[in-house]
Amino acid sequence: MADIAARGSVAATGDSRSSLHKLMQRKSTIAFLMTLPLIVLILVLVAYPAGYAVYLAMLNKGMTRFVGFGNFDFLFGRETFWMVVYQSCLFAITAVIFKAIIGFVVAHFVHNIPSKGQRKWRGMLLVPWVIPPAMSTLAWLWLFDPSYSALNWILAGFDIERIPWTGETGWARFSVILVNVWIGAPFFMIMYLAALKSVPEQLYEAASIDGAAWWQRIWYVTLPMMRNIIAITALFSLIVTFANFDIVRILTRGDPLNSTQIFGTWAFRVGIESGDIPLGSAVSLFMVPILAVAATFILRDITKRGSEV
Amino acid sequence: MVSRKVSRRRFVASTAAASTALVAAPFVRGAYAAGKLSLGLWDHWVPGANKTSEALIKEWADKEKVEVTIDYITSQGNKLLLTIAAEGQAKSGHDMLSMAHWLPARYAEQLVPVNDIMEPLIKENGAVNGTVEYLGKVGGKWLGVPATIGSQIKGPCSRIDLMKQFAGIDVQAMYPAGAPPKADAWTLDAFLKAAEACQKGGHAFGIGLGTTSDSVDSAGAIFHSFGAQLVNAKGDITVKSDNVRKALDYYKRLMAFLPEDVPAWDDASNNKWLVSGRGALIMNPPSAWAVAKRDAPKVAEQCWTHGFASGPAGRFAPFIPFFWNTWNFSKNQAAAKSLMVFLSQKTSAEKLVVASGGYDLPSFEKFTTFQTWADEAPPKGTLYHYPNPHKHQTLSIAAAPAPHKIGEQIYTQGIMPQMVVRYYKGEAMEKTLDWAAKEIEGFMRN
Repeated sequence: MADIAARGSVAATGDSRSSLHKLMQRKSTIAFLMTLPLIVLILVLVAYPAGYAVYLAMLNKGMTRFVGFGNFDFLFGRETFWMVVYQSCLFAITAVIFKAIIGFVVAHFVHNIPSKGQRKWRGMLLVPWVIPPAMSTLAWLWLFDPSYSALNWILAGFDIERIPWTGETGWARFSVILVNVWIGAPFFMIMYLAALKSVPEQLYEAASIDGAAWWQRIWYVTLPMMRNIIAITALFSLIVTFANFDIVRILTRGDPLNSTQIFGTWAFRVGIESGDIPLGSAVSLFMVPILAVAATFILRDITKRGSEV
Repeated sequence: MVSRKVSRRRFVASTAAASTALVAAPFVRGAYAAGKLSLGLWDHWVPGANKTSEALIKEWADKEKVEVTIDYITSQGNKLLLTIAAEGQAKSGHDMLSMAHWLPARYAEQLVPVNDIMEPLIKENGAVNGTVEYLGKVGGKWLGVPATIGSQIKGPCSRIDLMKQFAGIDVQAMYPAGAPPKADAWTLDAFLKAAEACQKGGHAFGIGLGTTSDSVDSAGAIFHSFGAQLVNAKGDITVKSDNVRKALDYYKRLMAFLPEDVPAWDDASNNKWLVSGRGALIMNPPSAWAVAKRDAPKVAEQCWTHGFASGPAGRFAPFIPFFWNTWNFSKNQAAAKSLMVFLSQKTSAEKLVVASGGYDLPSFEKFTTFQTWADEAPPKGTLYHYPNPHKHQTLSIAAAPAPHKIGEQIYTQGIMPQMVVRYYKGEAMEKTLDWAAKEIEGFMRN
């Protein structure tokens, strides 16, 4: 009896070894194991902090009591918060539109440069994008300095009145958007340039034979061929721009009169500087639905593009 | 960085031997004061100041046989603030940490009360000013020892020549080196007239109205001078009071004589304003003068640090104290307290003041007459009145006497400068007051 039992046990072990062997040989298992380090990283560095932020956003100011959606409810009643929502949308949407337009135009210019000199131009035009934003924003800070602006010094040379780059609401908003566009436009340029290079030359030749003007070639050939890359780049940039922190923080700190505060900087002001971490978390979480919508569009577009290919 | 290892037995023997020297520190005689001690200190901007604190700490560590690790953490980019927030959340970190103004109160429940060392220190070194007590003592418990390193008064630093030339004010005669001030005529009205005269002369006063601390501190002093409180000590919102209206009206008149870009100023702007030679007066500790000494000696020769103008409610100067604190999760609280006591001795405080070129201010009454302040030059005696040696002004912080959790938010969100700018730009007084009241209502939640 004992012998039979032992044999049974051996057989069972053999079966399990064999099924483990099979499992390990499956492509999906190997793929899973290979992506496991990344999954762990995402869990530790993304999922856990995100979950913790949600947890923090549901605590009271002293972090001693669970208040559910109390912090969000509180924010809905704050005038300053709605100003931040408006400014975040204004900042992100305006900056992305300008980055897309400038990127598109510059990509066309670069595309039309003979290939021999194109690399130099591509390299130079990418410089604003590859410099760490905190560094380049500091340089812009000196250009916009309230009392010693280099730009105003140049304007004074032309007898033009000084501009309060960071001192007046309108100009301060313009300044932070300008710096964001300066930093981000090269990304659009390089993506659009890659897309332009993939448009078959025959399509332009056919359009020319049909008598299409330059703008018709852009409208009926270039834009439809670049549609997916334009959408993906714009939506990707929208996410990054909404979550921006460094440009506003360095350039204006949200001043004057909080008129340049965006979600990231306001969350920092409320959460870290003012010591209300739950409310700061709640402010930062307001980016989530906006960014989730953008991410959904990106994924849908990628899927659509994939199925078209 | 200072480091040395020692056995616990040797430490106990050493502390017993040193017990007579440290009269005010009987608490360190326990065996737990041995071992390691990690420090997170404010990274001083004055070259060489860190070296002096390091040498002092080494001296203490050698005597007490404690292995010390020092991290000098800059306040640039809020690094110190972020470190404190991270340690508070993680419940792990330095055994002793520097915290500025409102932070001890914010972390009151996580800090070890230090009444056992503060009371003997006050007995030995004299009382601390009201702002130190307001910020450092919560519910009868001292949450930290006021640190010499980093503590500062942000009073006026005037240009002797420009004030004489345009405003007809001799600041050296008003605040003579080595003698009590003769500043009865130095009122907010005189200040306003001087601001106007200097602005017309092309050298406006440089007082920021952004939301960073220099702007908030100046606004706080002027509000205090009118007795204007946004929230009283009980926590009632008192924005809609006559005193607040008077303070706003005064500021509106003053702002007309300030550089037009002051709403965009940060803490560096006023320094640059003075050092460039454009300003006749700024509200700052002597850091701007020290930079001028290096970069613009002609400007430095004309700088004189002195007391602020008096208003209807008295004469107030902005004061920003730092504290040395220890977390309740620190592993070596006894050693941390021992070091705090050592650094608060007169000899230590004086060395720190000298190393900082007179910038650092001990909070204890008996430590405001060190020779450094009388000797610093040029011109000789320029810093004599910086530590308020004759106590002719009340050292204050903006938003006091509000309960700490409300006051901190009024301060960090720059409510006062924002009120001033709103009102100056044409918003109706009542609308500005309504806005401020609503903002402050939001700070009341628990």
